[in-house]
Amino acid sequence: MEYIPNILFAILLIVGVGFFTKNIKRLSRNIKLGKDVNVEDNKPQRWKNMAKIALGQTKMVVRPIAGFLHIIVYVGFVIINIEVLEIIIDGLFGTHRILAVLGSLYDVLIGSFEILALLVIVAVTIFWIRRNIIRIKRFVKPEMEGWPKNDGNLILYIELVLMTLFLVMNAADYQLQLLDAPHYTKAGAFPVSQFIASVFGDMSVSSLIIIERTTWWLHIAGILFFLNYLYYSKHLHILLAFPNTYYGSVKPKGQFPNLEAVTNEVKLMMDPNADPFAAPAEDAPIPEKFGASDVQDLSWVQLLNAYTCTECGRCTSSCPANLTGKKLSPRKIMMDTRDRLEEVGKNIDANNGIFKDDGKQLLGNYISPEELWACTSCNACVEECPVSIDPLSIIIDMRRYLVMEQSAAPTELNNMMSNIENNGAPWPYNQMDRLNWVKE
Amino acid sequence: MSDQLKVPTMEQFMAEGKQPEVLFWVGSAGSFDDRAKKITKAFVKILNKANVNFAVLGTEESCTGDIAKRAGNEFLFQMQAVMNIEVLNGYKIKKIVTCDPHSYNCLKNEYPGLGGIYEVIHHTQFIQELIKTGRLKMEGNVFNGKRITFHDPCYLGRANNEYDAPRALLNTIKADVVEMKRSKNTALCCGAGGAQMFKEPEKGDKDINVLRTEDALKTNPNIIATGCPYCNTMMTDGVKSKEKEDSVAVMDIAELIAESEDL
Repeated sequence: MEYIPNILFAILLIVGVGFFTKNIKRLSRNIKLGKDVNVEDNKPQRWKNMAKIALGQTKMVVRPIAGFLHIIVYVGFVIINIEVLEIIIDGLFGTHRILAVLGSLYDVLIGSFEILALLVIVAVTIFWIRRNIIRIKRFVKPEMEGWPKNDGNLILYIELVLMTLFLVMNAADYQLQLLDAPHYTKAGAFPVSQFIASVFGDMSVSSLIIIERTTWWLHIAGILFFLNYLYYSKHLHILLAFPNTYYGSVKPKGQFPNLEAVTNEVKLMMDPNADPFAAPAEDAPIPEKFGASDVQDLSWVQLLNAYTCTECGRCTSSCPANLTGKKLSPRKIMMDTRDRLEEVGKNIDANNGIFKDDGKQLLGNYISPEELWACTSCNACVEECPVSIDPLSIIIDMRRYLVMEQSAAPTELNNMMSNIENNGAPWPYNQMDRLNWVKE
Repeated sequence: MSDQLKVPTMEQFMAEGKQPEVLFWVGSAGSFDDRAKKITKAFVKILNKANVNFAVLGTEESCTGDIAKRAGNEFLFQMQAVMNIEVLNGYKIKKIVTCDPHSYNCLKNEYPGLGGIYEVIHHTQFIQELIKTGRLKMEGNVFNGKRITFHDPCYLGRANNEYDAPRALLNTIKADVVEMKRSKNTALCCGAGGAQMFKEPEKGDKDINVLRTEDALKTNPNIIATGCPYCNTMMTDGVKSKEKEDSVAVMDIAELIAESEDL
């Protein structure tokens, strides 16, 4: 009987971590549905980007209020999670505050956890006000209706509950220490929870133990729940921001990749020795599709981008098309890509590991040509993203599909392109007149 | 004035067995668009004044293919690129200067992968270098104290991280440089990029160039300076739509330099 809590704890931990692992595997499988892309170049720069942008939050603070509050929550969560280590050891071995052996360092740790927990509560409350009372524009765009809005709030509620549980647990513990309750090691500093403890003044030891144990269990159960909530939420960014900033582009933003499949075709056309009537070799691979109409046509980095997006909307709030009332929203491009990828993933799971054509695709069913054609390729969205997501690359890949596979460019653009083909300029002027300006 | 312009072609250099120090890539807008041609001429005047040994491709130049690439027509882009690279490499071109940030970006970043490897610079960078090395002396005073705001071209700024050269040049003409709220890496696009120049905008509640012009007008400028022929067109249209064309001029940095030095 004595070991029942330990066993229960071990089961809870195994189930929580096991389920999380399963989802991470699914996540990784889905990302790998994307095309291979070379990311072996420029490793030092990549590590530097990850350290600066993800770890150092340099792009968050470009918007100082949100940036500062975010750093509080970020630092709070990273540091308070040291506490989780102690909880796990205590839970498995039936000890209590095992890290108290650290002596005065332990007091400093617990004391700073408490202050951070309070700051996180304040920051999360302000975040909630920004989303729900002030209703900052970027949080109330059409793509944020329904689940994305609820998801954003739910995350804030979970964080609020977790921090509160942590502080109440400490308060009860502190009160028990004051009452010399057995098993409750005298350790830790309680700069915040001592004020909550004063409410417990008249309570008996047994009632306090019930409060302490309940909050302890709820706290760790909550953390495991939150861990498993990630996969179903925009909150995945807390993990994926790190690989995403590492794999993000290290090239000038203006450089769009040259499609290799096209280069091969162009070379063939330019080769005077190539036989234009030659039948392809028997074993020749099927020619690659130009551009992207569905998630499998995108690179795995673009798919990683989609899962990393936390829907903050900084991209959309800086997009010239969106600012002038056009349908295009770079955030929606990322959300659509992720949602379609999830749909494809579920399809694969339901069909024994093989994707069964569902008559749908990213282009048309999720993202409309109208959105794609509104982009000015100005890179404002790419510049704004605090975690190195590149919505522009997806827009261009889908334009490529529209133009090269479907000949579905707007008429004016077709005119412009035939001009380039015919006379080497986007306007119908003769190439032989290129130097006329000198004489004018 | 224009009969004084010296614009030698690569063909002429080749015939004399000589090599210019830099090739001036005029670009389609710079060759054919009436407004952009003035920018081209202003830049040539600067090159002439500084005795720069340059050449143009003239009728051998063709569209870089940049606009086609942004529109999604990678095939047309690569065809253009391969043809241009053949000409450029045939002439053993090492260094290219251009007044168009789109050509600049395309030649600098996208041609190397197809075999066209050159040192490519934007005209604002080139002029800055001419001043630094003492080849161009800045003595003019006409813009002294004039309020000038610079609209960053996306393909020079965000795309290639060049924010300083144009501003440094505005300082050399003693302008009172005023910054828009959205400037440098947060600058708002003029609305022409990504092939938008060649099509009607999608349905919305405002045109992008009007929004950007509003940004600029808030600084209460005498002149809106640009570094891109497409931005110039968009901002000029924006200023007209706000009926401010009598009080606010839209000018390329090259034009400002040329006018300042009375070229």
